[in-house]
Amino acid sequence: MNAEIDVREIVLPGDLQDPGLKPGDWTYEENGKVYATRVGVKSVKSGYVNITPLEGRYIPKVGDRVIGVITEAMPSSWLVDINSPYPALLHVNEIEKKVEFGNTASFLNAGDSALMEVSSVDEVRKVQVSMRGEGLRRMDGGQVVEASPTRVPRIIGRKGSMISILKETTNCRIFIGQNGRIWVDGEDEDIAKATLTIKKIEAEAHTIGLTERVKTYLKGLYDK
Amino acid sequence: MNDIISEVKEGYIVELAKGGKREDGRALDQYRDVSIHKGVIATAEGSAKVELGNTVVMVGVKVSLGEPFADTPDRGVLTTNAELVPLASPTFESGPPNNVAVELARVVDRGIREGKVLDLKKLCMTPGEEVWVLFIDVHVLNYDGNLIDASALGAMSALYDAVIPASKFDKGEDFNLEINNCMVTCTSAKVGNAILLDPSLDEEKVARGRITIGLDENDDIRSVQKGLTGAFSLDEVKQVLGTSKKSARNLRKMVMGV
Amino acid sequence: MGLLKELRPILRGFMINKEGDIMSKEDDIVSTEEKTVRLLDDNLKRMDGRKLDELGDIRIEAGALGRADGSCYLEWRGNKVYAAVYGPREVHPRHLQDPTRGILRCRYNMAAFSVGDRKRPGPDRRSVELSKVMGEAIGSVVFTRQFPRTSVDVFVEVVQADAGTRCAGLTAASVALADAGIPMRGLIASCAAGKIEGHIALDLRNEEDNFGDADLPVAIMPRTDEILLLQMDGHLTEEEFFQALDMAMKACHEIEQIEKQALLKKYKEALGGEE
Repeated sequence: MNAEIDVREIVLPGDLQDPGLKPGDWTYEENGKVYATRVGVKSVKSGYVNITPLEGRYIPKVGDRVIGVITEAMPSSWLVDINSPYPALLHVNEIEKKVEFGNTASFLNAGDSALMEVSSVDEVRKVQVSMRGEGLRRMDGGQVVEASPTRVPRIIGRKGSMISILKETTNCRIFIGQNGRIWVDGEDEDIAKATLTIKKIEAEAHTIGLTERVKTYLKGLYDK
Repeated sequence: MNDIISEVKEGYIVELAKGGKREDGRALDQYRDVSIHKGVIATAEGSAKVELGNTVVMVGVKVSLGEPFADTPDRGVLTTNAELVPLASPTFESGPPNNVAVELARVVDRGIREGKVLDLKKLCMTPGEEVWVLFIDVHVLNYDGNLIDASALGAMSALYDAVIPASKFDKGEDFNLEINNCMVTCTSAKVGNAILLDPSLDEEKVARGRITIGLDENDDIRSVQKGLTGAFSLDEVKQVLGTSKKSARNLRKMVMGV
Repeated sequence: MGLLKELRPILRGFMINKEGDIMSKEDDIVSTEEKTVRLLDDNLKRMDGRKLDELGDIRIEAGALGRADGSCYLEWRGNKVYAAVYGPREVHPRHLQDPTRGILRCRYNMAAFSVGDRKRPGPDRRSVELSKVMGEAIGSVVFTRQFPRTSVDVFVEVVQADAGTRCAGLTAASVALADAGIPMRGLIASCAAGKIEGHIALDLRNEEDNFGDADLPVAIMPRTDEILLLQMDGHLTEEEFFQALDMAMKACHEIEQIEKQALLKKYKEALGGEE
């Protein structure tokens, strides 16, 4: 996805796309014509027109890394809120530590946040998550910023350019979940500045020249 | 009221409709058999039982004396209610009227009110104090599609049957309600691209849109209600109006004749 | 009788049936007194100076409410409405879940202070009917199959009413749905036409609706002119009916443009705050 977007490329539901293009993400075809179905930015790849939505909730995809919040510890699994219309299940087999039946709360309890990976999504959108994998673990301390999941690519930036600037300037550890949850850890003041910057990126995600503006903005925050 | 219909059945009905046919062999613009019996309930001041195909609806008119609404002190009061009682369908639950029942009552009421069927001023005994209060109660007994038309036919017929029980209240002699206009509603459903008049239960389940037109004795329109999810084009609305006008005339004869 | 007279101001507009239940008037909010006002002058200009086919002023703001997934604030003549969308979200109660599609729920509500004579809070039969037909109009354009086992809840709150609230509410709901990222076949626009003093007129205001001869609320998807909501009460000949319908549908095209501008404005403004 293009990291920098021109405001002129925003499409609305029902907007007709150029003839000759095939229907990609968030489009539909009717009588041989292709229309957008959501507010978003259009892009063309291999003859397909795709809409990258600017608004909307997180729909889990296999392989996504997300920050989940435990809502219930059950005998051999946990119910997880992944900031989606679809709740997720984390089974004891999907964590690296061995936990006994009925003792799940000793590892993760309601309210705990953890970095997880979406391991399966079936046809009726029943979601399973896993904590087997590099870097997947419970989060302690720090703060979780909630941003719109549609802005996540922009917060990461092209080849991670945006998030690198953030990490370097604020000296914080930052984990970005595809579900719009971002964990920031470091000194309190740095966390606050990182949070403000993330919110700014979120608000201006659709604009051009954002990377430079963010650099200037961050510098301004630290110069004060 | 979300009865599941099998995909196989749905496909069948849609295919039939494409070819201008229906499950029960009717033409697209044909009503099922209608039978109307008036005066079936002794405890009501007016009543009618309507059978539209297998849909059975009983309508009662109850009359009493009461206070007018504060802002219309010189008019009688007319209120319509519909009950979709559980015995009429496995999908009906007991309880206060749900949105389907509310819509049904309001659409029936709208036809009668906008059609100026009654002159409510003639139902005033003493302005600001005492007027005749009419309740039209629709009681669905068997739901097999098109409750609106069955109920509207029943309401109109019950009004024709109604007698104001003035003597009971020592207000003079009993008298018949004066009916100024015989209102009729015609309901059509969109199945695929076909428009079906008087939808049956299965046709309603697969319909993507439904439209009801209330017509008066001059073929003028007094009420319209588009219902269900789905859309109509302008041409389709024109088509509906054409078939509705024809059917309304026949239905009206039945209401007035029996 | 005496006690009833005292209660009259409180019970105004309500009837009590034999079971003691309070029922609301079936007529729409305002009463049907004798008409004492002229709706049109000698030049066929209306009370607010509009021509017969002229649309009232509309102002739309997308994303007005922060908690909702999508929202809209809309002003239309004297109407002030909020629309908010929550969803897709988990369905509660669970037994309402549909494994094949998302369920759509729409709730139209009027604030007690939104009308001249205070309206008792909570759903009345008119609100129930409007919620139903508005929800059905929305259901005709939303791609519910793309989010099974969830619900999309649309809320419309009228805080100030001046006739045409269901049209204002549905138009606001369309903006809120787009703002929430709900996939749709197109935007919805809604407007009413009617008949006043024998003339077909567009977008009736309160007095015109009360003393006029017919009211025809319409909603379409302007992209295809599909009719999603259509109601009428009053008296129209067939010719008048289609004249009014045509007038309302044309206005809906104008309204859709206003919706689009409001949605795009939200993104243009993000740039505006830059030094």
